Amino acid sequence: MMHGLSFDTLQICYLFSAILFILGIKGLNSPATARRGMQLAAVGMFVAVASTLLSKEIIAYHWIMAGLILGTLLSLPISIGIPMTKIPQRIALSHAGGALAACLIGIAEYYRYQLQLTSLNTSVIGVEVMLGALTFTGSLMVASKLQGILPARPMTYRGQNIVNISLFILMIGILIYLILTPVATLYFYSLLALAFLFGTFLVTPIGAADMPVVIALFNSYGGLTGAVMGFMLANRIQIITGALDGASGFILSILMCRAMNRSMTNVLFGAFGKVVDDKQTISATNTSDKQPQTLSIDDALPFFEYAKSIIIVPGFGMAASQAHHSLREFADKLKAKNISVKYAIHPVAGRMPGHMNVLLAEANVPYTDLFDMDEINTDFAHADIALVVGANDVTNPAARHVKSSPIYGMPILDVDKAKRVIVCKRGMSPGFSGIDNELYLKENTWLLFGDAKETLSKLGYGFKHS
Amino acid sequence: MPHELGITDLYLFILAGFLGFQLISRIPPLLHTPLMAATNAISGISLVGSIFIAGQNYNLVTNVLAFIAIVCSTINVVGGFIITDRILKMFKKDNGKSA
Repeated sequence: MMHGLSFDTLQICYLFSAILFILGIKGLNSPATARRGMQLAAVGMFVAVASTLLSKEIIAYHWIMAGLILGTLLSLPISIGIPMTKIPQRIALSHAGGALAACLIGIAEYYRYQLQLTSLNTSVIGVEVMLGALTFTGSLMVASKLQGILPARPMTYRGQNIVNISLFILMIGILIYLILTPVATLYFYSLLALAFLFGTFLVTPIGAADMPVVIALFNSYGGLTGAVMGFMLANRIQIITGALDGASGFILSILMCRAMNRSMTNVLFGAFGKVVDDKQTISATNTSDKQPQTLSIDDALPFFEYAKSIIIVPGFGMAASQAHHSLREFADKLKAKNISVKYAIHPVAGRMPGHMNVLLAEANVPYTDLFDMDEINTDFAHADIALVVGANDVTNPAARHVKSSPIYGMPILDVDKAKRVIVCKRGMSPGFSGIDNELYLKENTWLLFGDAKETLSKLGYGFKHS
Repeated sequence: MPHELGITDLYLFILAGFLGFQLISRIPPLLHTPLMAATNAISGISLVGSIFIAGQNYNLVTNVLAFIAIVCSTINVVGGFIITDRILKMFKKDNGKSA
């Protein structure tokens, strides 16, 4: 290929792609425009990649083609067949992949130019490699915790925070030394190794229920790594895209933190959901030895038959028992009897931002039935039944008034304001925070024990025959 | 020679960041999962940078590193767009009866 695209032509193509990316993200404003928007973004991606391939700077194609073909082949099985319940770990894996790519390119650049690098160059490459490496191992940890390869509970040991913080300070120290002496190869590779280690250590003490924050945070880091890679290669489309991604992940992680009334520091270093220090809180919340009221499916059916409006509150338990299809079938029968059915979605229900919405959409629940916490909280007072399916901490009234509770101050769904509360629950085990749910002891609350999927199918079946 | 760092690049980064904040804050929580899948797909743009490194054919080490980077980014691009579309396809309005 003798005459490739000139630098300026390439920049025009990149500008065009950037515009399409921005329009694509803008399309996500509403479900009606979202698909079209992503198709525009895909065109933008195609233009960017195709024009790069035609650039005159490219002199060899064999590695590129091999990579493109292998990557495409590998991407298909993990994208077409993957069930929606596994989307959180899938997203975490792609954060790992993206970060690894940026990290490796940083290493390649350092390796190639190490004797010519200025301090400014090294600072950019150092930050890129450090962020990339820690996002890579951190996201792998997130994925393994969500997939159940590693235990979902936080893994903690004494002095863990001190170890992590010293590791971080050590990395910053090495980075500064590298910036002052760019040729210190050994330090560069130690920084790389430490960053891989730090990513692992960072996620070790974080429990699965906090994953919405951590996934969003790594989304942000991944974006920033991409932007820094753009700085290093003077590639503007990467800078723009990285900034957009970084902003996106950052906003999402802030929203998630706010929905739990916790700071980022608390999520990262607080080891939330640890069982050890919960004994006191449990005794503090248990005002009496009251036993929760339970209910059988046959007893529950009449409640539903006489109800006019029902609000369903899904949580991670629904995803875990794959109950979303049975839930929708039951809801359809209720709707056929002119009972109003709405879904109340807490921002941190599930394992990633928007997780519940996707599962319910998969079960063919129309998105017009799904409501955010702020939209629906006042409706609970008028609802005949609040049906809680596998949600726990996000419904606990203790968050409003028990100051000693670890979830104190967290905005919750006002489930207890409904006339009746029916909770589908697998067993009497506490929620992820490890504390008992006051809701279960209220006199308008009944617990329906059993696997959520089975319970809901039986309810749906029973309702038809009544 | 390694690339020079331009001040325009910093401008771009900051302004794009502000644009990102404006764009993303308008996206409803309903679509936060597809948003993450979409940003994953778009962040696969590091493919472009990886292609440059592999295409310069410097030596085996950089070629292999860039090759792995291309594989990873391609997975993100292709897989990311497929998953985002799969998710978005599921979001339907209530058309009287849900099928």
